[in-house]
Amino acid sequence: MNMKKALALGLLGLTIGTAAYAAKIEGTGSSFAYPAYKTWSKAYYDETGNQVNYTPTGSGSGIKEVKARHVDFGGSDKPLKSGALKKAGLIMFPTAIGAVTFAYNVEGVSGMKLSEAAIAGIMLGKITYWDDAVIAKDNAGINLPHEEILFVHRSDKSGTTFAFTYYLSKMNQEWRESIGAKKVVAWPSKNRIAGKGNFGVATAIKSNAFSIGYVDYADAKKNGLDMAIIENREGVFVKPEPATFEAAAVYADLDPKKDFYANIAYPPKGYPVVTATFALVPQEGKNSKEVIKFFEYALTKKNKLIEAVGYVSLPEEVIKKVQGYWIEKGLK
Amino acid sequence: MELIFRKIAQLSASLVFVILAATTIVLYISAKPAIEEFGAQFIFEERWGVEETIELSPSEQAAQDALKLESIESTGESSDGESFVEDDDDFIMDDEDDFITDDDDEEMGSGSQRTKVIYGALVPIVGTIFSTLIAMLFAIPIAMGIAVFLSEIAPGALAKPVGVAIELLASIPSIIYGMWGLFYFGPFIADLFGGNTVSLLVAGLVLGIMVIPFMAALSRDAISTVPDMLKESAYAMGATKLEVIKDVVFPYAKSGIIGSIILSFGRALGETMAVAFVIGGVYQFAGKVTDPTNSIPVVLANSFAESSGLSLSVLFYLALVLFVLSFVVIGVAKFYFLRKK
Amino acid sequence: MRLLMNRLFLIFSTLAALVGLFFLAWILYTLCAKGIVGLNLDIFTKDLIDGGLRNVIVGQIMMSGVATIIGIPVGILAGIYLQEYGGNSKSTEFLRDLSDVMMSAPSIVVGTFVYAIVVVPTGHTSGWAGVLALFILMVPIIVRTTDDMLKLVPIELREAGIAIGASKYHVTMNIVVRYAKAGILTGILLAFARVVGETAPLIYTSGSSEFWSTDLTSTFPSLTVSIYNLATMPDDEMVQLGWTGAFLLTTMVLIINLLGRYASNKKRS
Repeated sequence: MNMKKALALGLLGLTIGTAAYAAKIEGTGSSFAYPAYKTWSKAYYDETGNQVNYTPTGSGSGIKEVKARHVDFGGSDKPLKSGALKKAGLIMFPTAIGAVTFAYNVEGVSGMKLSEAAIAGIMLGKITYWDDAVIAKDNAGINLPHEEILFVHRSDKSGTTFAFTYYLSKMNQEWRESIGAKKVVAWPSKNRIAGKGNFGVATAIKSNAFSIGYVDYADAKKNGLDMAIIENREGVFVKPEPATFEAAAVYADLDPKKDFYANIAYPPKGYPVVTATFALVPQEGKNSKEVIKFFEYALTKKNKLIEAVGYVSLPEEVIKKVQGYWIEKGLK
Repeated sequence: MELIFRKIAQLSASLVFVILAATTIVLYISAKPAIEEFGAQFIFEERWGVEETIELSPSEQAAQDALKLESIESTGESSDGESFVEDDDDFIMDDEDDFITDDDDEEMGSGSQRTKVIYGALVPIVGTIFSTLIAMLFAIPIAMGIAVFLSEIAPGALAKPVGVAIELLASIPSIIYGMWGLFYFGPFIADLFGGNTVSLLVAGLVLGIMVIPFMAALSRDAISTVPDMLKESAYAMGATKLEVIKDVVFPYAKSGIIGSIILSFGRALGETMAVAFVIGGVYQFAGKVTDPTNSIPVVLANSFAESSGLSLSVLFYLALVLFVLSFVVIGVAKFYFLRKK
Repeated sequence: MRLLMNRLFLIFSTLAALVGLFFLAWILYTLCAKGIVGLNLDIFTKDLIDGGLRNVIVGQIMMSGVATIIGIPVGILAGIYLQEYGGNSKSTEFLRDLSDVMMSAPSIVVGTFVYAIVVVPTGHTSGWAGVLALFILMVPIIVRTTDDMLKLVPIELREAGIAIGASKYHVTMNIVVRYAKAGILTGILLAFARVVGETAPLIYTSGSSEFWSTDLTSTFPSLTVSIYNLATMPDDEMVQLGWTGAFLLTTMVLIINLLGRYASNKKRS
């Protein structure tokens, strides 16, 4: 006990000593997480003067760069398995939760409902017209036009695509077997265009009539796009909004023993297409403690800030688990 | 002084050469794994990122079994996945090297097969060629018209500000062209010609607009090197302005003009940001010119950050193809236009 | 008939100029309309982290400036060497072809090259890596335009110079280059304009930064990368900042263009 105390005091002294110098941390990765990290780093800078600089380059790049130790932490929408983390000497924890919506642009139509069958049909290229019986079935009061469905997807490799196709794989056997969950997909539908980034997809939907695509909640909202009300796992039609996202987040099986490895889409209740974004930190990195300090500040004090930019903040219990994880890994 | 100058100039040229050569070499080295994997077939293949199962030879079979055994031991789980269970992720297919069990693409599958991801460059190649072609067809007449206007037709007081205005177009960052194209020009073209707001046509035209100031400014300068005496003698013989331009100015300034076209062609071929937003990014041929498609630089921009291992190497292979393509076209153009004395 | 063709041609030529100007006006109008709105003093006094653009503007100027200062002499000298000393040898032609091909290299390829030789060994992104990437992008343009413009100088001029006993160095610098000066300058300004608008290569070499920095040895702020990041965010304020940044960037390049022209014209008289 004495040894531990002495060590603790020593560390405390060291921390106080180094607090006099402003820390500079570099991070890169998921563009999906960029608005959240930007919000947090600004608050952190204002309050402590420490600089956390995050560059959005994509989840793949985030993983690559943190493995190569070019940055102090990486952001990824796709989690790494424990084995891979160990091999690369990294720890991982979730930082925020977001949702992917079905945004569409059909004149005169809003509040459209899409059942799992309808979604699967459109994605597999089997349903090609808006007034198809399968879609019309759930939209009794709405006048659907006889126009071809224009599907908008991502042109770049993306964590959002991964999250979306993961949901499709869980939801539909045929998709699972023929395509699976990937970051870039050979989409079955014939009538389609692609946009670069969530931003590109949202813009494409906005400017092309009779289109539908998958966009993260923040971008869909910002562009004022109509978002489909979709059937979730228990057969209920849910609107894409913070309440249903939170309901889904509750089921996220984020377990510190598995380094929080979890793909949280298609939970038992709530909005089905949700995804978490993760931070990857080197176990032995020279700035890793600073990184943890930043995220602790963010998650415990400024968690709610990111809701304004379209995210769902991590539930309290998860944050506690994350803190325990940090202690266990010796970084707190 | 004489010698020093010559030496310094030579040094500069050598430095440039070294840098350019190094870039090409590094490119080739990075592309090698993909070249070995796909060979020349790469250029004619139109699928991108599609999976294919292949029969293994006995030696490959043994190697894969050994790999599987290894992976089972190190992670304590079988990569074969049982029947669908709550959190079973066996359908995650990716070529990232972050899972121990699949260091490259050759892992999934059981028995005497393996799945391989097929990449083919045909769609981006065709897209690159056509978008550049559209750009050149659009840009050359307009740029030449502008160059002539500025140097031969416009009175001095007009030529100066117009010239500045054209150069201003050249100073607009390419990303602006991309955004403007996406928000304004694309929908405009879609209204005019039908089709989508992102397509081959939009990309080609945006590229064309981008290179016009480049071409025009350089051609104008080339034209202004024509000695007045030559032009005056022609006028004295009764030639019209058109004839003077056609038969005196252009031939004289030919190398500069062709040079500007080649430079612009190179720019159009390799342009990334402007095109990435408006070409549509779809790995399909454009059936009609208003359909979306892909081009090599756009594929690079879209996939680069997220790729590693073999898929990254494929991107470099693609870049190498572009290099060769431009080398060939530029070589042919130079030979044809500049040797014809 | 000849006069008719002539007329038609002149009309076409003028129309072409008008078309060019039309697009310019359209793009500029869009840029100004969206960009000016966000202009205020904060942009110039605060860094990106606080909602301003100060650090990225300064960063962009620094990186482009250094790349240009190194790139201009190297490019011009190499161009001079090719045209005046290189003659028509195989190696000269090869270097010309290589330069042309490099011009069509997607800038992202140059970025990956610099990533491999600078970022990986040093272990992080840096301003110097960005400078190198910009330099590699600039130089072929300068080399080739210098080369082409010098080619257009009438051979009589060179012969006249040598005839009166001037050294090759003197002939080259004071007669030939001077004659081609306008064209060479155009090449420089075009090269500068091109690289100063580059985004892709910088993303992987100098990265981006929200904070003030003048330290080229670490991750460095740049206006282009930040415009790219900002304009695609789902936040109106950020997007506005992006457009304002784009407006400022274009203005900067234009001013430098004008200054360059002015300075060279002054020297002439």
